[in-house]
Amino acid sequence: MMRNISFGGGAWSTLWWIPRGIIFGLLAFFIFGPLFNLVLWTVAEKWYFPHSLPLQYGFSYWEKVFAPRGGAIESLTNSLIVAVLTVVVSLLLAIPTGYALARLKLPFRSLILLAFLIPQAFPNLTVYVNIARIFYEIGLNGTVPGVVLVHVSHGLVYAVWIATAAFSAVDPELEQAARNIGAAPMRAFFDVTLPLAAPGLMASAIFVFLESLDEFTGSYFVGAPDVNMLPLLLYTAGSGGNYQIASITALLLLVPSLIFMMVVERFLKADVLSKVGH
Amino acid sequence: MSGRFLGLLLVLPALAVIAFLFILPLVMSAVGAFQVEGAFGWGNFEKTFDLYTKDIIFSVVIIAISTALIGLLSIAIGGYLTLGEHPVAVAILRWLYRWPMFIPFIVVGQVLRTFLSKSGMMNNVAINLGLIAPIDATSFLDWRGIVIAFVWKQTPFVALLVAGAMASLNRDTIEAARNLGASRLRVLIEIVVPQVKMTLTVGLILSFVTMMSVLSVPLMINAQTPTMLTADIAFRVNSYGDYGVANALGLISLVLASSVAWIYLRASLKERA
Repeated sequence: MMRNISFGGGAWSTLWWIPRGIIFGLLAFFIFGPLFNLVLWTVAEKWYFPHSLPLQYGFSYWEKVFAPRGGAIESLTNSLIVAVLTVVVSLLLAIPTGYALARLKLPFRSLILLAFLIPQAFPNLTVYVNIARIFYEIGLNGTVPGVVLVHVSHGLVYAVWIATAAFSAVDPELEQAARNIGAAPMRAFFDVTLPLAAPGLMASAIFVFLESLDEFTGSYFVGAPDVNMLPLLLYTAGSGGNYQIASITALLLLVPSLIFMMVVERFLKADVLSKVGH
Repeated sequence: MSGRFLGLLLVLPALAVIAFLFILPLVMSAVGAFQVEGAFGWGNFEKTFDLYTKDIIFSVVIIAISTALIGLLSIAIGGYLTLGEHPVAVAILRWLYRWPMFIPFIVVGQVLRTFLSKSGMMNNVAINLGLIAPIDATSFLDWRGIVIAFVWKQTPFVALLVAGAMASLNRDTIEAARNLGASRLRVLIEIVVPQVKMTLTVGLILSFVTMMSVLSVPLMINAQTPTMLTADIAFRVNSYGDYGVANALGLISLVLASSVAWIYLRASLKERA
C-alpha cells in the first residue's frame, strides 16, 4: 500500500506530528486567536497597554449595551424584523421562480439563472449609493421596507439558486402521480412537491436570513441613521473607540453565523448541493 | 395557458427586483459618472485621477496580493484534504479551516482590529513567547491588515470549492503517480491543480469582486491614506455629496473587476479552441 512506501514504521509516523502540530497550531492560532480576543473584549472591564490580558473582568458593558438606551435592543429588533421580512419576500419570489426554472420549459433558462448572480458579480457599492438616491426621491430611504428591498436584491441569488436546486432534486414523477389520481396542479404542488423541497428551501431561508443580518453596506447607505441595525451599531461603537460595545455586538452577529456553519450540511444535502447552479 | 408563458410569469417578479434594484442603479451610476452639473463630460474622471490615482493602484495591488494568497492557501488546504495520508490530520484540518467562512466582514474588521493592533493579541503572544522584543511590536493595521482580513475571510470559501472539486476527481491517476514514486507536492501541482483550475478561477474571481465591494474592512482597519476605493466612494458621498466622482470611482472598480473576468474568459476560450 501507498502508506507503507512513504513511511517506514511507527516512529516515522509519530515524528510527522511535529510539523503537522506546528502548522495546525499556527492555523488554529490565526483562526481562533482573533475570536478569543473578541470574547475577551466583551468581558473586559479594564484593559490597556501593555497588559496582555484584561485587568478586570465583568459584565457591566453587557448591561450597558442591553440597557434601554444602549441601542442594542432597538438594533437587534430592527435587524431581526428586517431579516425575517427579507426571508419572507425572498422566498415568495424564489419559490415560483425556482419551480419554473426547475420544472417548466423556459426560454433563456441559463441566462435567467445567471441574472440573479449579477448583484454578486459586480462591485455593488455605487449601486447602493444610487439606490439610496432613488429611494430618497420616493420616500423609501431610511425606512424598513427600503432596507428589506435592498437586502432582497442581494439575497435573491441564494434564494433562487438553492430553491431551483431543491425543486430539481424532487422526483417529477411524484407530482405526476398525484396529478394522475386527480389532484389539481396547485394541490399537487402544495401537497407533494413543496413539502419534499422544504429542507432545501429551509437552507435557502437560512442563507438569506444570515445575509440580511450581516449586511453592512446597503444598510449603511439606505438605512442609517433612521433604521439602526446591529452592523451599524457595531460600526459606530467601533469607530468611537468603544471596543467592548463593538465586540459584544460583533459576538451577537457571530454566533448565528457559526451555528449555521455547523448545521448547514444537515439542510443542504448532497443531492441538492450537486444541482446548485445547474 | 402555455407552459412557457406560465414559466415566464412565475419568473418575472423576481427578475423585476433585480432589474429595478440592481441593474437600473448600476446604469444610473455608469451614466452619472459622465455627468458634470447636468452636462456630459470627463470632468469626474479628471478629478478622480487627480485625487485617487494612488488609491486605485493601492486597491489593485492589495486585492491582487490577497487573491494570490487566497489561491495558494486554498490549493494547500484542498491538496492536503485530498492527498493527506493520515485520516486524523485530515479530519483536524477539515474541522479547522472553515470557521471564518460565514463570519460577516464587519465582524472580521472588528475582530482583526483588536487582534492586529500594536497592543493586540498577536504582538502580545509573540512578546510573551520571546519571539520579538516589546519595543519591536508594530501595528499591522495598514495594508497588511486589509490583506490579512481578506485572506482570513475568503480562503475558507475558495478552499471549500477547490476541495470539493478535488474530491470529485478520478483517483486512479493520483494513485498511479503516487505508486510510481511521485511526491505528493508533485502530484498536487502536476495532476490535481490543472484539473481543478476552472473551479479555482471561478472562486478567485468571485472573491476578487467581493473584495472590490467591501466597505467595512477598509473603514475599520485602515482609515488613513492611501486606502481602498470603497472607502473613497463612501467618503465622496457622505462628506461632499459628490455623486459624480463617487460614480466615476464605481465605474473604475467595475472596469477592474470585469477586466479580470474578461482575462479569464479569453483564457478559457483559448484553451478550448
